[in-house]
Amino acid sequence: MNFFFEVLITGLLVGIMYSLVALGFALIYKASDVFNFAQGDMSLLAGLALVGFLTIMPLWLALVCTIAVMTLLAYATVFIIFRPLVARPPLILFMAAIGLAFLVQGIGQSIWGTDAKGLNIGIPDNPIILGELFLSSFDLIFGVVAAALVGGLVLFFQKTRTGRALRAVADDHEAALSVGIPLLNAWAVTWVIAGIVATVAGIAWGSRLGVQFSLSLIALKALPVLILGGIDSIPGAILAGLVVGAGENLAEVFIGPYVGGGIQTFFPYLMALLFLWFRPYGMFGKEIIDRV
Amino acid sequence: MTMEQAPLLKVNNIEVIYEHIILVLKGVSLEVPNGGIVSLLGANGAGKTTTLKAISNLVKAERGEVTKGTVEFEGRRIDKMYAPAVVKMGLIQIMEGRRTFEHLTVEDDLLTGAYTRGHDKKGIKKDLDMVYNYFPRLVERKRVKTGYISGGEMQMCAIGRALMARPKLILLDEPSMGLAPLLVQEIFGILARLNREENVAMLLAEQNASMALQFAQYGYIMENGRVVLDGDSETLRDNADIREFYLGLTDIGKKSYRDVKHYKRRKRWLA
Repeated sequence: MNFFFEVLITGLLVGIMYSLVALGFALIYKASDVFNFAQGDMSLLAGLALVGFLTIMPLWLALVCTIAVMTLLAYATVFIIFRPLVARPPLILFMAAIGLAFLVQGIGQSIWGTDAKGLNIGIPDNPIILGELFLSSFDLIFGVVAAALVGGLVLFFQKTRTGRALRAVADDHEAALSVGIPLLNAWAVTWVIAGIVATVAGIAWGSRLGVQFSLSLIALKALPVLILGGIDSIPGAILAGLVVGAGENLAEVFIGPYVGGGIQTFFPYLMALLFLWFRPYGMFGKEIIDRV
Repeated sequence: MTMEQAPLLKVNNIEVIYEHIILVLKGVSLEVPNGGIVSLLGANGAGKTTTLKAISNLVKAERGEVTKGTVEFEGRRIDKMYAPAVVKMGLIQIMEGRRTFEHLTVEDDLLTGAYTRGHDKKGIKKDLDMVYNYFPRLVERKRVKTGYISGGEMQMCAIGRALMARPKLILLDEPSMGLAPLLVQEIFGILARLNREENVAMLLAEQNASMALQFAQYGYIMENGRVVLDGDSETLRDNADIREFYLGLTDIGKKSYRDVKHYKRRKRWLA
């Protein structure tokens, strides 16, 4: 039974990272209808920038500079790429996001190089023994950081004037504009938040796997999470990330041996397919309030 | 004439083009005096909504553009401005179909209207009380998401939200649409009070001509993207064509649909 919990908790901790990536997607999709294909590449860029800055400055300053890079990227994306595309069909926005993904990746790699780099920001990775469970301290610390980030975001959206304006924008762009909420600025703020989320995810994954091209592929891991959680739901993204993380780990350990293993990579997509059949808007997708 | 008080809003011969090709407004001029109520009448597709959106600068969000003419608010040109800046100056539009934020509570929805006023907490709180005072029905609904309130309450919420911006002029796009006649009466009653007590001027686009001509002091009639007739509401009410085509009245009183001659097309001022 202990072994089961170990597998479950390890899965949940990995799931938190999925949650973070999916959260970035959901935030931008809610605010601006853009399916931000570049979310993974933003994590890559943040990782590359952080590694680059760390060679010449202390950690805290490097973090500040990385966030500054992500903020710059957010404003440039909204005001240069998406401004001329206001009120265009979603497919056009999606194509723009794909273009953006490759652009971000290319810019990051041409500044900081394409070779895989180690990232160590000094968080210890020791086994921690809780009762009879063995867990990684790194995973636990990141779990706490991610939870704090999510909590902060919830407070921001519910309690502040800007947060309220962003929720209004998510509901109805034109109506938000009509009451005087500047749409482009609201979108830019959303992209900055998504950039910060991407940075945290980039650090977490970069520390584990090294900062390299494959980091941008974590965006693909977020797809089943989005389908499970509902693409425009923030609590959905978080919960679904945990479900996918735990689900794939449990499946690999307990079902894997019967079918020859290696099911971890596709198990989340299988879950996503099942959801598409039975609950296509996900666990928490925006309830469409239908008036009769 | 120059001694006369300058109008609050002055629309001067504007032309609006959508998507760079579709000419929707072909030279519209109108004026709204300080604290006045002016109506804009016309059938579907006459260009009422586009006129309002050209004034509030919301056309740009729909890939439309004011290509000719000027719009002046309090003597300043606003036709090249960004919509939120116009709201900050005191001109706000209540769009057709209410458009409340369905996942926000009524109170949060009302507060979004005060966005341009920054962090003026005291003033905003005061105006929130003022809105609840005008729309007591919203008080008991303030914690409910606007997606779940009734159409009349949504319209009240949309008007209240606009008030939160402390406007000098409200553009109203078909506030009566889809509401029961009694509710329409109630809402227009409140609007008239707002006009009197808070000195808010209003430009009202309506299809409900009899209601609009009672409510407003002056009216413009639009057809096909042009203003074809304007005058005091009283004059318009007495105009034989308006009586027949907009109010459904003739000299012998209300006409039954049975008596309408089928061959008689609605009169057009423009061929």
